[in-house]
Amino acid sequence: MSVSKRQRARIVRGVQYGVLVVAVVVFALVADWHQLRMAFFDVEVAKALFPEIITTALVNTVLYTLLGFGFGLALGLVLALMRLSSVPPYRWIAVTYIEFFRGIPCLLVFIALGFGVPLAFEVALDMNVTVMLSLGLVGAAYMAETIRAGIQAVPKGQTEAARSLGMSHGRAMVSIVIPQAFRIVLPPLTNELILLTKDSSLVYLLGLSLTQFELANFGRDALNEHKSLTPILIAGLLYLVITLPLGQLVRRLEARTAKAR
Amino acid sequence: MTAETTAPGTADPKAIEVAGLRKSFGELEVLRGIDFSVARGEVVCVIGPSGSGKSTLLRCVNLLEEPSAGRVTVAGTEVTDPDVDIDRVRRRIGMVFQAFNLFPHLNALDNLTIAQRRVLGRDRAEAERIGRANLERVGLSDKAAAYPAQLSGGQQQRVAIARALSMDPELMLFDEPTSALDPELVGDVLAVMRALAQDGMTMLVVTHEMSFAREVADRVVFMDGGVIVEEGTPEQVVGAPQHERTRTFLARVLDPAAAEVGEVVDSGAAGKRVDR
Ligand SMILES: Nc1ncnc2c1ncn2[C@@H]1O[C@H](COP(=O)(O)OP(=O)(O)OP(=O)(O)O)[C@@H](O)[C@H]1O
Ligand SMILES: [Mg+2]
Repeated sequence: MSVSKRQRARIVRGVQYGVLVVAVVVFALVADWHQLRMAFFDVEVAKALFPEIITTALVNTVLYTLLGFGFGLALGLVLALMRLSSVPPYRWIAVTYIEFFRGIPCLLVFIALGFGVPLAFEVALDMNVTVMLSLGLVGAAYMAETIRAGIQAVPKGQTEAARSLGMSHGRAMVSIVIPQAFRIVLPPLTNELILLTKDSSLVYLLGLSLTQFELANFGRDALNEHKSLTPILIAGLLYLVITLPLGQLVRRLEARTAKAR
Repeated sequence: MTAETTAPGTADPKAIEVAGLRKSFGELEVLRGIDFSVARGEVVCVIGPSGSGKSTLLRCVNLLEEPSAGRVTVAGTEVTDPDVDIDRVRRRIGMVFQAFNLFPHLNALDNLTIAQRRVLGRDRAEAERIGRANLERVGLSDKAAAYPAQLSGGQQQRVAIARALSMDPELMLFDEPTSALDPELVGDVLAVMRALAQDGMTMLVVTHEMSFAREVADRVVFMDGGVIVEEGTPEQVVGAPQHERTRTFLARVLDPAAAEVGEVVDSGAAGKRVDR
């Protein structure tokens, strides 16, 4: 008995569904639902987390992210302009910086600024400053490359039109090229903001006081207190509350850019 | 001022004076010794086959390209003088591009006011008053709030002309201003340019619109291979060309269909349009 190609494809697909159904059924029978529920979603534990997990932890996560993003964006713009400079040493500095900070883990920068600098220079940086610098120094390297690409994507005719109206090179950059470049790089920059939101959890390393807790640290602390995974689950969900709308925004911006072309 | 080159006795310097102008891109010599001038209030059309260096010549006048050799003087200021402040010179020279080059992030009125405010230091109210007057002049007073993407090609080019006019230029350069336009939109732009010429604006126009050159130009310059082959009144150059190269070119432009069935066209068709 021979099977046609189409019949065989149907059989293969049927087997795949079968395996999935069996796996789900086995898991449902074997799993200890009560324990799972207690571990991941203990209502009493969940209640105890509020409102601090919002008013302190979520707020701090957003604060740390924005500090790092703001500083990184400013530095990234400077680096991008240096990278495009007609003065070679500026280009070398920018390239070296970008390659260095893209190549090392952000964690290492946190360690350097959080522990290395206080030990070596006997100055303790303010918490917010440490976070801003650590996230910003690394973020700037990525954003510089993004912004550079954006600036280069602005057609040459724009600069020529600006210059032919008597604008200086700098004025043409500020009034004409950079505003257009930022529209182009808005989606990738928003992606960078998502990455920074997650990286802000690295601040966990620095040993925070209660009022400085952000989501990851808060979750970890509550985990110890309640011996339950619930805080971690809720902290995770709160990250998604930030990152999912941003991801949606990226898609909307990308669609808008695609339409404008 | 070192840049003043007005010879004693000539009270009225030429709007544009070009002497011994050469321009190379690497190995390729695009302009091979150009001498010509444009008087105040004169309209000069530059015609010639693709690649003959027309755009390069225009761009050397406002230093979008740096000449390799020779002198360019605009309204008495030698722009090829290394000490000259080129931004100051450029604001006196309006330029209109084939691809319009409007600023897409600004609406029509802001396209007209940004350089007035940032370069000439006019305040917003004055810049907008002048901007609106110039939009009116090109027949687009109702489009002040429109963004370039919302305008047709012909409308965009008229806004671009209004943008240049808002700087009160002493002369205007046009680089194939209608070549990127759909045929039915060409007329509006040419009408604006015609009115501008009648108002006495000094204009240097690279164009393939022979009817415009014939009607509006005081003088026509035919370029080929980086040199000026011949120049004169439209009647002389377009009506009774002296050189074989001019005749071949004109035959091709005035009757493209005949040229296609006839001899093989060497360096691209003259009536080409830019893809958008
Ligand atoms: N920036 C540049 N770098 C290298 N070569 C260039 C550059 N600009 C122009 N050229 C070359 O110079 C020659 C003349 O160009 P130009 O644009 O002045 O010609 P044109 O007469 O305006 O032609 P068209 O009618 O096609 O616009 C061409 O061969 C062109 O490839
Ligand atoms: Mg050209």
